[in-house]
Amino acid sequence: MREELLAIVERNSRIDLKELAVILGVEEIDVVNELAALESEGIICGYHTMIDWEKTSIEKVSALIEVRVTPQRGQGFDNIAERIYKYPEVTSVYLISGGFDLLVTLEGKSLKEISGFVSDKLSTLDSVLSTATHFILKKYKDHGTILTKKYEDTREKVTP
Amino acid sequence: MRNPLAERVVDIKPSGIRKFFDIVNEMEDAISLGVGEPDFDTPWHIRDEGIYSLEKGRTFYTSNAGLMELREEISRYIKRKQGVTYDPVKEVLVTVGGSEAIDIGLRAMLNPGEEVLIPQPSYVSYEPCTVLAGGVPVIIELKAENEFRLTAQELEDAITDKTKVLILPFPNNPTGAIMERKDLEAIAEVIRKHDIFVISDEIYSELTYTEKHVSIVEIEGMRERTVLINGFSKAFAMTGWRLGYACGPEPILEQMTKIHQFAIMCGPTTSQYAAVEALCNGDEDVKEMRTAYNQRRRFLMNAFKEMGLECFEPFGAFYVFPCIREFGMTSEEFANRFLQEEKVAVVPGTAFGDCGEGFLRISYAYSIENLKVAIGRLADFVARLRAEKQ
Repeated sequence: MREELLAIVERNSRIDLKELAVILGVEEIDVVNELAALESEGIICGYHTMIDWEKTSIEKVSALIEVRVTPQRGQGFDNIAERIYKYPEVTSVYLISGGFDLLVTLEGKSLKEISGFVSDKLSTLDSVLSTATHFILKKYKDHGTILTKKYEDTREKVTP
Repeated sequence: MRNPLAERVVDIKPSGIRKFFDIVNEMEDAISLGVGEPDFDTPWHIRDEGIYSLEKGRTFYTSNAGLMELREEISRYIKRKQGVTYDPVKEVLVTVGGSEAIDIGLRAMLNPGEEVLIPQPSYVSYEPCTVLAGGVPVIIELKAENEFRLTAQELEDAITDKTKVLILPFPNNPTGAIMERKDLEAIAEVIRKHDIFVISDEIYSELTYTEKHVSIVEIEGMRERTVLINGFSKAFAMTGWRLGYACGPEPILEQMTKIHQFAIMCGPTTSQYAAVEALCNGDEDVKEMRTAYNQRRRFLMNAFKEMGLECFEPFGAFYVFPCIREFGMTSEEFANRFLQEEKVAVVPGTAFGDCGEGFLRISYAYSIENLKVAIGRLADFVARLRAEKQ
């Protein structure tokens, strides 16, 4: 049940517990217990809402920043990653393979705010060797959800 | 002017579903639980392979029996799923949907006047295809108390010395019934005893929810007397690609291929390339869709239980077949009133044979969100009917 449960709540964290129990074919109490276990094991880390900010009047700018850093003896990348992820405007930090080390995503109110963050805070960190900032122009798909088109049922209404 | 038409064709009743379709189509805001095809788009990697084949200019006929590569994959797939081997060169034929395979299978096997046993409720094409092939349809009425499975006794009772072919439509549209190994073993004995043949339409084979689908060809002595029909429509959500296949003993397949060659030439080339991709890399997609269908199936069964609507629990396809006898209406009356009053389309059970009277086919090839709205309306409607009766 665990895998199926996770797949469902990953898509819809607001789903009613009773309904969840019905479609999984188990008792409601089992769902409650399993969710509690998943939370305490840190597998479920939160229940967020996906918002397409583009459709609101609120100005938001997001960027991906490639960061090359010098790893530290005994610490690897953990220390520098922590220094970066503690900034609230940073939405995610990934250690990645390839031509650079950390991929940082950032959300700010304006281009100016983001470039200010990169030049004043990120680049000036001791172990940061270089950065490359990519501003996001349009989100087509995010968290597995297509943002640009709505599902339309184009099937014939009745077929054998 | 002389009558240009063949009586044999004119005499065939138009599909009961067609009539209902016309009514539903005139109603702009009707929501439907009436479709017999998946709501999922064909998985992108499969579509992409179709597009790629077009880009590469693979726009010519394939060999009559289908791309060799595809036949090999079909053979491997059946081996993997059913544990039975078919020679891709002589025992596999790629057709235009499972429907073509049903048609040419019957045409290849029937002499005038030979009888075809058709368990009903079932898909709408077996009866007319039998007639068009010069055969005589003999209906076996399946019963709700047997969960709409075919029993050895029912089969035995229907067999005459003219019986040639049994159609085996499981997992079943419209009832959702399946045949488990023990059920198949029981009827196989009768089939062998009377030396008849089987056309096994297993188009919903990937959609079973208790155990893995068992094919009649797995039962001893049945492979050599069975044409197994399957396809890509339901398993891989590829209805519009029109691609199916038949596997069977060489003597039958050879004659089917002859008809196919003259009538069709070959299955659509783009679809065949896409189908290779589906068989090679589609397992995960099938599993995901099956999981979603199963969730919806449980959702519906629970909803029926809550509204006190009688329904046996189906373990296959994507249909449920609730009983509406308590309301004292025919299936058609119920479906029509439900459509007029609640604007939801369901298909009367009688569209799949007279013995579907008293039942409705409800499809769960819809998202749970859509099902919720429609089933909410069904609950209201059922409550109103019960209040009227009092």
